[in-house]
Amino acid sequence: MQCVVTGGNVKVLAKAIHSLSRIGDELYVEPQQDGLALRSVNSSRSAYACFLFAPLFFSRYSLPNGHDFRCKMAIKSVQSVFRSLATLEKTVEKCHIELDEQKNRLTFTLHCKHGLLKTHNLSYQDSESLQAVFDKEGCGNVFRAQPRLLVDTVVHFPPSLEEVSVSVSDNRMWFRNHVDEEERSKAMVTELCLASDEFDHFAVHAHNSVTFCLKELRGLLVFAESTGLPISMYFDEPGSPVVLSVTDSVLEGNFVLATLSHDDHSFQKNNTKGAPTAPPPPLDDFMNDDMDPYLIAMDTSMAPGTPEASSALTVCSPPQTPAANHSTRLHCEEEEEEEEETVDSDRPPNKKFRSLFFGSVFPSQMSTQPLPDQDVLASDSEEDDS
Amino acid sequence: MPLSTQSQDDNDEQYILVASLDNARNLSNILKAIAFKDHAIFTATPNGLKVTVEDSKCLQANAFIQVEIFQEFTIKEDLVGFQVNLTVLLDCLNIFGGSTAPGLSTALRMCYRGYGYPLTLFLEEGGVVTVCKINTQEPEEPIDFDFCSSNVINKVILQSESLKEAFSELDMTSEVLQITMSPSQPYFRLSTFGNSGNAHYDYSKDSDMMELFKCTTTQTNRYKMLLLKPTTKALALSCKVSVRTDSRGFLSLQYMVRNDDGQICFVEYYCCPDEEVEEE
Repeated sequence: MQCVVTGGNVKVLAKAIHSLSRIGDELYVEPQQDGLALRSVNSSRSAYACFLFAPLFFSRYSLPNGHDFRCKMAIKSVQSVFRSLATLEKTVEKCHIELDEQKNRLTFTLHCKHGLLKTHNLSYQDSESLQAVFDKEGCGNVFRAQPRLLVDTVVHFPPSLEEVSVSVSDNRMWFRNHVDEEERSKAMVTELCLASDEFDHFAVHAHNSVTFCLKELRGLLVFAESTGLPISMYFDEPGSPVVLSVTDSVLEGNFVLATLSHDDHSFQKNNTKGAPTAPPPPLDDFMNDDMDPYLIAMDTSMAPGTPEASSALTVCSPPQTPAANHSTRLHCEEEEEEEEETVDSDRPPNKKFRSLFFGSVFPSQMSTQPLPDQDVLASDSEEDDS
Repeated sequence: MPLSTQSQDDNDEQYILVASLDNARNLSNILKAIAFKDHAIFTATPNGLKVTVEDSKCLQANAFIQVEIFQEFTIKEDLVGFQVNLTVLLDCLNIFGGSTAPGLSTALRMCYRGYGYPLTLFLEEGGVVTVCKINTQEPEEPIDFDFCSSNVINKVILQSESLKEAFSELDMTSEVLQITMSPSQPYFRLSTFGNSGNAHYDYSKDSDMMELFKCTTTQTNRYKMLLLKPTTKALALSCKVSVRTDSRGFLSLQYMVRNDDGQICFVEYYCCPDEEVEEE
């Protein structure tokens, strides 16, 4: 593999890596036909991000000879290549990324001003493909806004805030800090209301409220702001992921974030799509959430047969009583150890994310049978599911 | 001037060393460049003041404040030596807060009466005088690194700007910093070997950051990163740096530091090589 990045694109690449570092500790690198994919997933697999840089993003882009290659590496070490972000634009003229499979090295060479040449030979590990399965196009609620709007919104929340709730009506969007039930008495609620005309695009299909982590959104905002790209947001209902994306002609970035699932909504959630006129959840409803079933998943292609099944998913059943399709899905994921981790009640209290998988249900994708070869959001399996 | 009245009250006759500065920052700044250990050996000669700090018998830093920097420099002996706690001295020099506002500076008068006496500092700012007495210690003999310019094999002079970037990005997980100097490629190379892989910073000999390039033999030496870390303080203050290695692989880093008044002082670091490296 050989890629050459020049000029301002070096900074774009560096910013992308920095925003990926908000997600996880490892960077998954996969040179593909359609461009260089950089991905990351967090340890609880509740957040996933992928940047795809099209071949045209590079002044030269060539794939490894004759075989698929993918690897993962500590994201910190890649960040260190682009450490002086502020001066990067002024100092770096050209960046070569080259793969040396003999030495198991990924080499970043920065050609800087004054003839300074920085070479970073980074070791990597072979990895499986990391591929989230999500269908943003299938989401009912779609918004697009200039990064400034979201930056100005998010700035009102303290850095310590972990989650925000986003609710929508036909022509309004509310951002509110999410407060755990036990903290309700002492918490202060900050709410911002954005009118639909502040957005470039505002399409609401269901009056829903979703709660997701702010950290990753902030990471993407830094990227979007520096590149000036508008951010699109796609979501359906509590429990199914929210997708944040930035796109231009040579790159695409997608951040898939788990949303808090509402226990008391799990039965009605399947009806939402069918009845888009269903009343929006009461404003304070998010406060009733049990924090445990913060069920996440990245598998949107799972096939919940019945409302009962999906509710079983959302409450994160112990392994001995999983809903039928839940266990089926887990088995075909070859992710047993992850599953155990997920449901092991002895593990240190994991604040929110008890499940690694989305209990999300996209009604549009429902089938009546669990598929044996389903894709997992963060599959570590050898299968190339792309 | 309260300070001058004060000094009149004192009997200057009793001091073997009196040094005055209108701006104490001209001393404190350059001392910061070598402040990585508490003990500093002061050596005063009619040429000026040399302050030496050492670490692990492997690293030595010298700051030279030549006589021209001082507004007054009176020395009654050929050589006056004492040792003080550098951290305490720096705290005293910044006792008025070390403001960098223009027109507001701390004046300093530094007096030493001789062996067994404290170092006395008269500091004045805005009409307020503080007198600090710092106990002196038995001066140790600084290590002689025996670094002669006649044994220098390779030498480069760089504008500090370009090295600052490299030093700020150095992979601190690497135990050593390897310096390669060579008349051919890669000319001048800084390498680290850290947890995540290795990194090389190559400076071309034709770079406009390279003021002088005089390398005769290819030499690769490693220096402990922990030892070199304090040199970044000097680098940050400096405008130019000269990197030299001698036949034994000893490293000399000389920093040219410009003070608030545009005068030039020098800070020098010597460092022992870490281990023998096969030349590549």
